[in-house]
Amino acid sequence: MAKADITQAEGDLFLENITKQFGDFRAVNDLSLQVPQGSFFALLGPSGCGKTTTLRMVAGLEDPTAGRIRIGDADITYAKPYNRPVNTVFQNYALFPHMDIFENVAFGLKRRGIKDAKQQVDEALDLIQLSQVAKRKPLQLSGGQQQRVALARAIVNRPSVLLLDEPLGALDLKLRRQMQLELKRIQTEVGLTFIHVTHDQEEAMTMADTVAVMNEGIIEQMGPPTELYESPRTAFVANFLGQSNLFPAKVAETSGDDVILEDSDGRFVMPKARVSDRVVTDPGTEVLVGVRPEKISIARLEDAAPPPADGNFVDGRVTSASFLGVSTQYEVTTHGGDTINVFAQNLDVHNLVPQGEDVRLSWLPIHGFVLSGHDDINAGVEKNV
Amino acid sequence: MSIAAAIGDTLQEEHQPNEPKRKGKWVPYLLMLPGMLWLAIFFVVPIVSLFLTSLQTPVPGGQVGEFQQTFNFANYWDTLSDSTYYIPLFRSFVYSGIATLLALAIGYPLAYAIAFKSGKFRNLLLVLVIAPFFVSFILRTIAWRQILADEGPVVAVLRSVGLVGETAGVYPSAVAVIAGITYNFLPFMTLPIYASLERVDPRLIEASGDLYAKPFTGFRKVTWPLSMPGVVAGTLLTFIPAAGDYVNAALLGRPSNTMIGNRIEYTFLSVNDYPTAAVLSFILMACILTMVLVYIRRVGTEDLV
Ligand SMILES: Nc1ncnc2c1ncn2[C@@H]1O[C@H](COP(=O)(O)OP(=O)(O)OP(=O)(O)O)[C@@H](O)[C@H]1O
Ligand SMILES: [Mg+2]
Repeated sequence: MAKADITQAEGDLFLENITKQFGDFRAVNDLSLQVPQGSFFALLGPSGCGKTTTLRMVAGLEDPTAGRIRIGDADITYAKPYNRPVNTVFQNYALFPHMDIFENVAFGLKRRGIKDAKQQVDEALDLIQLSQVAKRKPLQLSGGQQQRVALARAIVNRPSVLLLDEPLGALDLKLRRQMQLELKRIQTEVGLTFIHVTHDQEEAMTMADTVAVMNEGIIEQMGPPTELYESPRTAFVANFLGQSNLFPAKVAETSGDDVILEDSDGRFVMPKARVSDRVVTDPGTEVLVGVRPEKISIARLEDAAPPPADGNFVDGRVTSASFLGVSTQYEVTTHGGDTINVFAQNLDVHNLVPQGEDVRLSWLPIHGFVLSGHDDINAGVEKNV
Repeated sequence: MSIAAAIGDTLQEEHQPNEPKRKGKWVPYLLMLPGMLWLAIFFVVPIVSLFLTSLQTPVPGGQVGEFQQTFNFANYWDTLSDSTYYIPLFRSFVYSGIATLLALAIGYPLAYAIAFKSGKFRNLLLVLVIAPFFVSFILRTIAWRQILADEGPVVAVLRSVGLVGETAGVYPSAVAVIAGITYNFLPFMTLPIYASLERVDPRLIEASGDLYAKPFTGFRKVTWPLSMPGVVAGTLLTFIPAAGDYVNAALLGRPSNTMIGNRIEYTFLSVNDYPTAAVLSFILMACILTMVLVYIRRVGTEDLV
């Protein structure tokens, strides 16, 4: 490959078969991904799954054990951090405590000998709306302000790739929501590639164009937030992103574009398109049937209309009902013994179903999804509180 | 180390924005009371007594060492204009200044290595830094006579590379005195620097690299300024006692290498000229105080915090 100028490299970011080994422990395992230039990419995963390690390899603070990292055509796998067109917003901000805000933001520009540094710093401070504190020291700022300074300090360099390692982790919920919008606004404004690491699924979904769900050093699934939410490929993704009802079933038969599944509560129809590509639909195959709690309708058994020919339903009894204002959360135990959660919008308070009532749950086939029966049905559940 | 931290912290506090007045104003005074009493009894009283001594004059026709209380401020001028006093005084500051710089040059890399590169040997290395204290100061200084002796290893090496002539030596000389001071005060330099380096967040150094600073620039812009409290504490803890030291000059130097400490000791114990010894002590104190204040002022406004 021609020796491209690494410091100016531009284009999509490629991670190719990256592995990182710490002694016996494999923190990142044969990970490959492509981040399109100018996109907002979120790396989502539970604590310890290797997100920071991945970012550190992109930043050059850690060398991969195997694999390559490219920006466009330039191979940056072993380039020194100070030579890469990559900047990081660190998890703890890592602002220089002995410099004032202006000096912090100007640091990168000065190191590269940029001439009109002052003007660019002023612009960056305007962007984060903190021009008025330019002469203060980092410790004299609030957490949210420090976070914005850390962002400005990185952005002012106009890197090809900006890495954000849980930059909002230390902020309280309200400030976090506010900062999410601000980050998104800034990203749109400056048009840089953002790689945003978080373990907050809501944050990833609201901000990112593409979300990669990471678990134990590998990427489980990658795609636009809606796709991940609507069509999870693994039980981990189904549980980690939002909430899912999963219950084991077997493939009974296939008919046309549909797959018929069977469990102790009866039969379900699923379009083949809703079956994870990891599942073969031979009769007898063990699978997990999934459906999101908000996609299920709940009705008293005596009120229930006869089931539509192409609909799925199960009957059961309400074991708990919690009124949450905007919605009501039911827990239903089916006759077959599965537990199913249902979120029902509170359109009419008189329609609330009390605990102990027999109910029929129904949902459209296209709202369900089918996962491999080998997946751990509880993967990704606990951690996502 | 705690002394160092304390000095570092006081230096830092100077620059903090004024804190709001707290309730229970008397609590800090109560906490200061034991320390204040200690200072009053063991510092202020002797200082006053020493000051009075410095103004005494000999009893007319009295014996050696007999003085009466007067207020003869001319003692100060008489002493200051006497070259047998002001030359050793000047020499003291030159020697201790050079030794402080040498100790900084040796102690800083040492502290840096212990703080960042020593891994699991860190505690062992720290113990080794203070290990010399287990042997008496005097004994260690005498050992330097052997090390620097004409037959010793240092001179052998220096002669073989031609830095020292075949007949010349290192001990006794100014070089030996400065080497001795450097050696003896090295831990006082190393430990405070280590303490402040250890508090430098390694992620800041990573951040500087991420922001295009090459390793040395990163050191100059981030690590060094953040370790300044330790450097200031270390240089003060070295320079101040070194300026008043007399053991190294006595054991490793010639008469032409005497420092002010030797003069004070000699004037006090051998000549029994108590007023002159007291005057010298005061002058030494005033000089050190001035230099330290100028130093802290300069460093404080430029780099600290
Ligand atoms: N220098 C190291 N030496 C040994 N193990 C390490 C090292 N750095 C990270 N690890 C291990 O690698 C795994 C992944 O760590 P990493 O910091 O990438 O997690 P993370 O996904 O960022 O988690 P979090 O959300 O808690 O920040 C962890 O199990 C961690 O213990
Ligand atoms: Mg992390």
